Amino acid sequence: MTQVYTSSVIAAPVDQVWAAIRNFNGLPDWHPAIAESRIEGGAPADQVGCVRAFRLKDGGFIRERLLALSDYDYSCTYSILESPMGVENYVATLKVTPITDGGRSFAEWSAEFDCPEEREAELVDLIGKDVFQGGFDALKRRFGG
Amino acid sequence: MVTVRRSTVIDAPIAAVWAALRDFNGHDRWHPAVERSSIESGLRPDQVGAVRNFVLTGGERLREKLLTLSDKDHSFRYAIVESEIPLRNYVAEVSLKPVTDGDRTFWSWSSRFEAPKGREREMASLVAEGVYGAGFEAIRQHIEARRSASRFANTESHAGPALDGTAMVIDRYGAAEELHAAPVAAPPPGPGQVRLRQTAIGVNYIDIYCRTGFFNLLKPPGALGMEAAGTVIDVGPGVRHLAPGQRVAYACPPVGAYATARTMDASLIVPLPDSIDDETAAAGLLKGMTAEFLLHRVHPLRRGETALIFAPAGGVGRILCQWANHLGATVIGATSSEEKARAARAAGAHHVILPGEQSLEDQVSALTKGRGANVIFDAVGRDTFAHSIAALADCGHLVSFGQASGPIGSWDIGALAARSATISRPNFGHYTDTPEKVAAITSRLFDAIERRIVSIDVGRRYRLSEAAAAHRALEARETMGSIVLLPDSNWNGPQ
Repeated sequence: MTQVYTSSVIAAPVDQVWAAIRNFNGLPDWHPAIAESRIEGGAPADQVGCVRAFRLKDGGFIRERLLALSDYDYSCTYSILESPMGVENYVATLKVTPITDGGRSFAEWSAEFDCPEEREAELVDLIGKDVFQGGFDALKRRFGG
Repeated sequence: MVTVRRSTVIDAPIAAVWAALRDFNGHDRWHPAVERSSIESGLRPDQVGAVRNFVLTGGERLREKLLTLSDKDHSFRYAIVESEIPLRNYVAEVSLKPVTDGDRTFWSWSSRFEAPKGREREMASLVAEGVYGAGFEAIRQHIEARRSASRFANTESHAGPALDGTAMVIDRYGAAEELHAAPVAAPPPGPGQVRLRQTAIGVNYIDIYCRTGFFNLLKPPGALGMEAAGTVIDVGPGVRHLAPGQRVAYACPPVGAYATARTMDASLIVPLPDSIDDETAAAGLLKGMTAEFLLHRVHPLRRGETALIFAPAGGVGRILCQWANHLGATVIGATSSEEKARAARAAGAHHVILPGEQSLEDQVSALTKGRGANVIFDAVGRDTFAHSIAALADCGHLVSFGQASGPIGSWDIGALAARSATISRPNFGHYTDTPEKVAAITSRLFDAIERRIVSIDVGRRYRLSEAAAAHRALEARETMGSIVLLPDSNWNGPQ
């Protein structure tokens, strides 16, 4: 099992950051790598179990299932059903926590997955830097960080 | 129920912040509200269940119990068990997370508690600002102060006076007569160090190699010795596995164990179980660790193999005989006198061979129906090496771990083809140079001692000031069992 963990500090209160990232269908609104997204079967985006199907700007097509959503913990957990990355058993969590000192937010994005050993370094780099840190960088540009 | 949660980001890696926060007895070093801290009942500060006793700067007393501690999650929880401040059912959690974006640390400090009616806000504010908020600022300054201190680490002098002691030193390589007493000062321990009051010191053949200059582990002037047991006086910053008052032992470089007090790197020093006394540890740690890696790592000995052990009545040899016998090998000891032969048999040798009309290899052949020994442990060196090769079974393994009789010299590797022999020349240092290796080896050794598979025989005791006499006896091969030196002030042996 391979693990990836990326965390950052966003210069906005947790409610504002959570409002931006809570929408399971809203990746194109804030993540620079995502071109378009829809929820399959017309389900609401906060219905646990719903599936989002989205396309990356580089053309890749990904389907992910919402496994858990918590407005209490400000966290969202999802799994990959289908992707061009070549990962198995991929489960990720995006979570924000208030930093009371200064009214900022601590953002964490982590994932666990299986992959062939020789691809581990490449995938950790892709997921940790391009996907997770890339998302945080976009939030920092939007809110400051 | 009042809930308080405060969090911040500290501009330092998580390891640095955790190093400061993890010490449950260290909050008086950085938190402005804590005047004094002590742990009750002699428990360790990282022992879950430990109770710390705070005297606050306002004079109030507070007792708090450690409920959970996790080095994996960088978190701990604690509860107030008694307080002169009206906080009831108070349980708090400190938790750190890495901010990978910038190598910083997210720190959350939260609690739930009850306060007297009407005083909830006052108590919440006291906890949130007076304890947590003030703690955040204090850690920032504490880490910044340590950072600037480490920038000037070379000029840093550690607090407190040095402890005066005596050591047995040499000023130049040479005979036993070169050993003489000299005063030493053990300074307060620096980062990663420990200061010991030594109670028993082991004497090993390697000490003679160091004294003569055969090994250049010691550049004179300096004290000899690789092995001792004693009690921790104090530990430097960053040392977590040892605490003042603890009984410990070591068998590791740097050379310098022939001393009553010593300050040294703490990483290879092991705590002693209660069942192993100081003399046993000083007599048996280096030899026992050697036997452990010879029988379990250099040549993992299998049931049914025949092991030939030289010097079976000596320090390492005796332990090898005991352990090899327990592992199910047929043990043959090769020694020089009837008295030593009796000791070898008592240690577990099934057969003992003495110098006689027949060569060593012929005697081994006769005992093994012509097969030879599967493994030979030979620390004699020059005088036995050729015989050892001749005494091996086909595909046998000669483990040469010393040269008490002198250097082995040059050999044609082609000679090994006669037996398809394997030769190992293990070096103690390579098997014992990390805390993990030392922990693995000593764990099996201490277990073997406790289960009486291995017994450590203290053959002779000498005063530390008589180290030269101990060396002469070892060089003359007139000793059986291990030799220990005892500080003259602790001496209560024969006068």
